[in-house]
Amino acid sequence: MVFVDSYPKTSKLVRSEFIVAFAALGIGALFGIIQSLHRTGVFRGFISSADYYTILTGHGVLLALVFTTFFIAGLFTWAVANSLERELPHRIAWSAFWIMLTGTVLAAVSIIGGLVGAPSILGHDLKADVLFTFYAPMKAHPAFYIGAALIIVGSWVAGLAYFKALWEWRSENPGERIPLQTFMVVTTMLMWYVSTIGVAVEVVAFLIPWSLGLIQNIDPLLTRTLFWYFGHPVVYFWLMPAYLVWYTVLPKLAGGRLFSDPLARVVFVAFLLLSTPVGFHHQYTDPGIPSGYKFIAMTNTMFLLLPSLLTAFTVVASVEHGARQRGAKGYLSWLRNLPWGKPAFAGCMLAGLMFAAGGFSGMINAGMNINYLIHNTIWVPGHFHLTVGTAFALTAMAISYWLVPQITGKKLQLRGLASLQPYVWFVGMAVMSNAMHRAGLAGIPRRTAEPTYDEFAFEGVAGTVGEMRLQIAIGGFLLFVGAAMFLIVMADTLLARRGGTLSVNGHIPEPLSGANHSPRILDNYKLWTAIALLLIVIAYGPPLASMVADGLFAPGSPPIPV
Amino acid sequence: MQVHRFEKVWLGAALLLIVGFIATIAYGSVGVGVGMVDDSGGQISAEAVQNGNTGTQFDDPGVVQTGEDKYTVYVVARQFQFVPGSGDNPVQVPAGANVTFRVTSADVVHGFSVVETNINTMVIPGQVSEVSARFNEPGTYGLICHEYCGAAHHTMGGSVEVVPPEEYDMQQENIDQSADDAQAQEEADQ
Repeated sequence: MVFVDSYPKTSKLVRSEFIVAFAALGIGALFGIIQSLHRTGVFRGFISSADYYTILTGHGVLLALVFTTFFIAGLFTWAVANSLERELPHRIAWSAFWIMLTGTVLAAVSIIGGLVGAPSILGHDLKADVLFTFYAPMKAHPAFYIGAALIIVGSWVAGLAYFKALWEWRSENPGERIPLQTFMVVTTMLMWYVSTIGVAVEVVAFLIPWSLGLIQNIDPLLTRTLFWYFGHPVVYFWLMPAYLVWYTVLPKLAGGRLFSDPLARVVFVAFLLLSTPVGFHHQYTDPGIPSGYKFIAMTNTMFLLLPSLLTAFTVVASVEHGARQRGAKGYLSWLRNLPWGKPAFAGCMLAGLMFAAGGFSGMINAGMNINYLIHNTIWVPGHFHLTVGTAFALTAMAISYWLVPQITGKKLQLRGLASLQPYVWFVGMAVMSNAMHRAGLAGIPRRTAEPTYDEFAFEGVAGTVGEMRLQIAIGGFLLFVGAAMFLIVMADTLLARRGGTLSVNGHIPEPLSGANHSPRILDNYKLWTAIALLLIVIAYGPPLASMVADGLFAPGSPPIPV
Repeated sequence: MQVHRFEKVWLGAALLLIVGFIATIAYGSVGVGVGMVDDSGGQISAEAVQNGNTGTQFDDPGVVQTGEDKYTVYVVARQFQFVPGSGDNPVQVPAGANVTFRVTSADVVHGFSVVETNINTMVIPGQVSEVSARFNEPGTYGLICHEYCGAAHHTMGGSVEVVPPEEYDMQQENIDQSADDAQAQEEADQ
């Protein structure tokens, strides 16, 4: 039976979440092409260089916060309902949706205000040109901070729906192992609760009252430290859903089954433990933080490579198993026996391949002293467009080709366009990200409308600066085309009539090494959460204590409008 | 728990890679001496920096000689310039000398990065960033603010001019001489 017929209420929720995610993706991609043409100097007619930062803020917030959070909410809603075989508690889940949507509208309106002359609303200029890291003491309209807080709070409420479904399932199935997909969702959400404490305290206790004028000063180092407490785990909040897809759906798409259930659980537990006590690796070049804490964060970060390296093994092994089930032979020729023409499979595989490249540039970022060469250069967005911009985004698009038919009952439309789309994204990203990495090695900074200076000129290290600019523009254009192709396929599918039998279903085959091989202790959430908190206290306790020892708001900065 | 033989080999190799990374970084810090930006610069009131009444060298930023071949460069970053550094006021230091940059912000978060070197630090209001370096090659190095700091962020650049030591000493003497001359002239006028 099709998912939409078994769980019509949950399907409606997933559809709503996906539609918001896709709208954010469309606007974010439009902002992306404007930026890549502007900063490379290919075409600067859309916006002024001052407005570039408004567009950049919109791009970051809509893609890294809104698209991701709504898509993940939809995917997790489906995964829990699919693996526990029940509708989700819909009142909680729908409140989560409306809270997140309200937050999105507030944040989006305050950003867009910057493009229309920043009218004064409730005594504050309606603008939020503060980028998605919103470092104080640059000040946005209070609505921006309130909106950001609501998006986070909404995601917390969404988590409650998954937990409630799990409790209900457990009381009906005492002693049974938690199904793998739900295990992954719940582990991710526990990580998310633990790590969003940082940004919640930053925004609610400091930024909102400060932007409203209720407190005069805040400590810029303390607030950015709280931001990065959240700022690294958030990338695992994006990545773990992609892993959920790669572990549980991709092997099936390849014609096989997951290699090992126990190892998948180990990997997710490792993320719960290690995702948060690493945030200082974003602050390697910050003053005011003793280098010992940076060293601890570096060590934890390196160990965080382990679950991803294990994933590389398990996913490739599972896909190879699938290929051999399809009759493949030989050491490498099995790669030919895979469904490269199916958009869901091809998209996930290309996303995984790019994630490997992103992992390698991430190892450079994590290298405390070598990081000096690339910190805040365009190398860094070059890196995260491979991770969140491809490992997550391309996986999300790919799995939509498989999932949207199941939550609508409608066949995927425009299959030819859909089959080509992952390759367009892959080529566009390869061109753009490669040039960004090389430009970063030449010292060209990120986050700038015009990377040229009166006092000196950059010289390329590998290739010329002009050639890199051109490649960034061409790559950005291809990515925009790729996003548009995806959205056209989705729109056509969502608007199509229902009819015929679907060629896809949500049945997940049993892993080769099943849950009964997993030690039961892996399902002990209390234990893992306690250890995760302990590691955070070790990594963050002393530095945060010393930052607040001289007063919560000192050394203080008054708000500075941008 | 059942772990396949290949998985065990892979796990071992992955752990080796991780430990190897940590070892090379530790060697870079301890053996080669690549120091991290840390809390050694101390704190300062951003408002006082803005008003020029910190009672420190930041009120009159620039290059100060602190010993033989030792210089400290005080730089104030503000929207949208480095003082000194931007426009026709480059930071000037002699080649081969031990140079310590002390950088702070008068307003928002900035970056301070000397292009194609590992001098790279955030500049956070309330904190002083301290970075030590030695330029062996004379020449002009690009200086950029690499953190978004407002609508004209992209104009916030500058340069570091590294001059041969003899030339630097001569320039300093000329500056001192002309300062002395100006003072003598001033006294004569009175």
